Amino acid sequence: MRARSDETSITLAELAPGQQGEIVGIDTDDGKLKRRMASLGVVPGAAITLDRTAPLGDPRMYTLMNANLGFRNTEAQIIQIRLKV
Amino acid sequence: MTSPITVALVGNPNVGVTSLFNALTGSNNPVANYPRVTTSISSREITHDGRVMRVVDVPGIFSVNSQSPDEKIGQDYFNDQHPDIIVNVLDAGHLDRHLFLSTQLIETGIKRITVLNMIDEARRNGIVIDTKLMADALGSPVIATNGLTKEGVDDLKAAIAQLASSQEEPLARLRYDQHLEDAIARVQDHLDRLHPQKMTASRSRWLAIKLLEGDDDIIRQESDHPEFVSEISQERSNLEHTHDQDAATMLASARFAFAHGLLLEARQQEENAQDRFKLTRTLDNFFLNRTLGLPLLLAIMWIMFETTFSLGAIPTEWIKAAVDWSTKFVDGLLPEGMFHDMVVNGVMAGVGGTIVFLPNIVILFFFMAILSGTGYLSRASFLMDRIMHRFGLHGTTLIPMVAGFGCNVPAVMATNIISNKRARLIAILISPFMSCSARLPTFILFSGAFFSRFAGTVVFAMYMASIAAAMISAILLNRIIPGSGSDAFVMELPPYRIPTLHSVLHHMWDSAQGFVAKVTGVILAGSIVIWFLQEFPRDVAYSQDYNAAISTAAEQPESDARTETLRSLSAAQAQEKLEKSYLGRASIAVTPMVKPLGFSWHESSAIMTGFVAKEVVVATYAVIYAQEKGSSALTEAIAKAMPASTALAFMIFTLLYAPCMSTLTIIARETGSWKWAGVSLAYSLSFAWMLAFLFNKIGTMLL
Repeated sequence: MRARSDETSITLAELAPGQQGEIVGIDTDDGKLKRRMASLGVVPGAAITLDRTAPLGDPRMYTLMNANLGFRNTEAQIIQIRLKV
Repeated sequence: MTSPITVALVGNPNVGVTSLFNALTGSNNPVANYPRVTTSISSREITHDGRVMRVVDVPGIFSVNSQSPDEKIGQDYFNDQHPDIIVNVLDAGHLDRHLFLSTQLIETGIKRITVLNMIDEARRNGIVIDTKLMADALGSPVIATNGLTKEGVDDLKAAIAQLASSQEEPLARLRYDQHLEDAIARVQDHLDRLHPQKMTASRSRWLAIKLLEGDDDIIRQESDHPEFVSEISQERSNLEHTHDQDAATMLASARFAFAHGLLLEARQQEENAQDRFKLTRTLDNFFLNRTLGLPLLLAIMWIMFETTFSLGAIPTEWIKAAVDWSTKFVDGLLPEGMFHDMVVNGVMAGVGGTIVFLPNIVILFFFMAILSGTGYLSRASFLMDRIMHRFGLHGTTLIPMVAGFGCNVPAVMATNIISNKRARLIAILISPFMSCSARLPTFILFSGAFFSRFAGTVVFAMYMASIAAAMISAILLNRIIPGSGSDAFVMELPPYRIPTLHSVLHHMWDSAQGFVAKVTGVILAGSIVIWFLQEFPRDVAYSQDYNAAISTAAEQPESDARTETLRSLSAAQAQEKLEKSYLGRASIAVTPMVKPLGFSWHESSAIMTGFVAKEVVVATYAVIYAQEKGSSALTEAIAKAMPASTALAFMIFTLLYAPCMSTLTIIARETGSWKWAGVSLAYSLSFAWMLAFLFNKIGTMLL
């Protein structure tokens, strides 16, 4: 189950502080992880920003639908986003 | 008489379901500001207008289908139970996300009431919600509440009663994309053919949606019908093919779109809504600061343990005075004899010697209530995840670990927030190393006796050592236990909240009650048993005739030398009597094993009795040294009994050796096998022995 990813999409791990991205899809075969993320609001179209990074560079905290979510960079790498201008 | 109506309270973690449950039922379940305080389902019956309602507090879930173990209890509830009414609790300030669960609950077909909790917080932030509009869209009454002030709670009770007697079926329904709807209809059809007359239309639609989402628990239930299972996977791959998205994503998107559309109409938000995370953001700039974050975490821990020791010492003095006074009183009251000795040297010494630590324990729990109530504990997991990951642990393991500072039993239970089985097993096995409050009395007694000038720091160091022991064990266990894999770190960091005075006091009160119950239960019984074991047998065959020697010495003319001889003779007699008692003999028998650690038979008896509960360690010393009267006598007696290096080794040994009996039982239960309880016992004993040996050697060189 691959989510669509075209040339313009990057992964959430590449999002810089202060930039806003729009979620395109979750690129994983792990259905449970996917459903878990979806229930937290990680669905196509949702806007996401990078809030801060933990002292040792991982995990990072993001803002999504008015909530703070922590993801490890390995998880952020499976979330496809498109940069919002 | 009609049977009670079952009312299930359900919502995302951290929306105040438990507060609302308490407000509805007048209970006192603990509330904390980190996800999943509720690890079991509690329910309680109330009567409203002559109607009996069984109110159920369902542990927080983000959805009914993610199948992550931390949500398992809550999700299973909806798979197995069929409550009469669902009270869907939402945080009025986080509707965008929390309505996601509501859209799934609509599909259960069960009568619902939607509760906008924490409405005060939302109002302050300029959020205005048109509840009428929302009620129409959701097909349920909508009630605004504040679980803490009980605003809206009566309205809620009235709404439950009204809905219970209503015959109307809930009408709301989410419509999906046409292809998806067609697929749902086909699966529903098939379900009806396989289980004729068994399901209502809403039940089969609910199952069909879960099957298309790929919920493997539900798919497994259909494994007797392989052609059906393959039809489902065919439907799923067709959908993915035509929409370039899998069914689960399509469904989730549709749910959020529904919520979004609903809120566009029903919610007015003023400009200051954007500012509502200002406080959380400002605090996080500080607590999650890239340079300051970790040192701050360490500093907070240090303050916690230092205060536990130093502030606790003040009320401890009062309790000591009360214990001394009542011991003297009982001493004078009871006639000389065995009963007198048992009460004064057994019960009063053991119970009195332990109860003095009550203030320390209450203070420790005060800090734990603050850490969890404010939401800082989730931040600590976030800060520590990277480091813990190095040790093969998950950041959220920190939550059970910190809970372990209180008691290891809830710590082992709290590991259910870890979804990976192997990671959870490792977390369970390292939990007993977390220094529970039962070990605190030993540390306070020994560090007070040997390192009085920086006793608070020594106590802090013992806690740091317990974390280090847990981490080292995690590395070892990661190598030993076969398999691999770790959980994804996906967690919500709740906004900071000020814990209510009520919930903090409740935590403290609970811990005080628990401790007093232990002191008057297991410690009281233990002290009596230990007293008997050290008192009997009474007809000891002494190595020399002390009585004769004492009489001879007493005939000498009065002098310092005579007093000294008399004192040492009776001390030697008491010592030999103790050594030849049942306790002494049993302890001496095992002492060779702990001899290399510098321990005498006193230590081995404290260690043996401590298997029951670690508070008994101090109680044992108190009984053994009961002959020396006075409140600071125990501290002084211990200070004289061994060198500081042995004391250090003993503290380390007490910290690490063997989980207590309750913890072993819970390990067996949670891992599903006594084998792991055995592993835990054997491992912790050998680990404790090695480290105590090391510390004794280092201590002898340095101290």
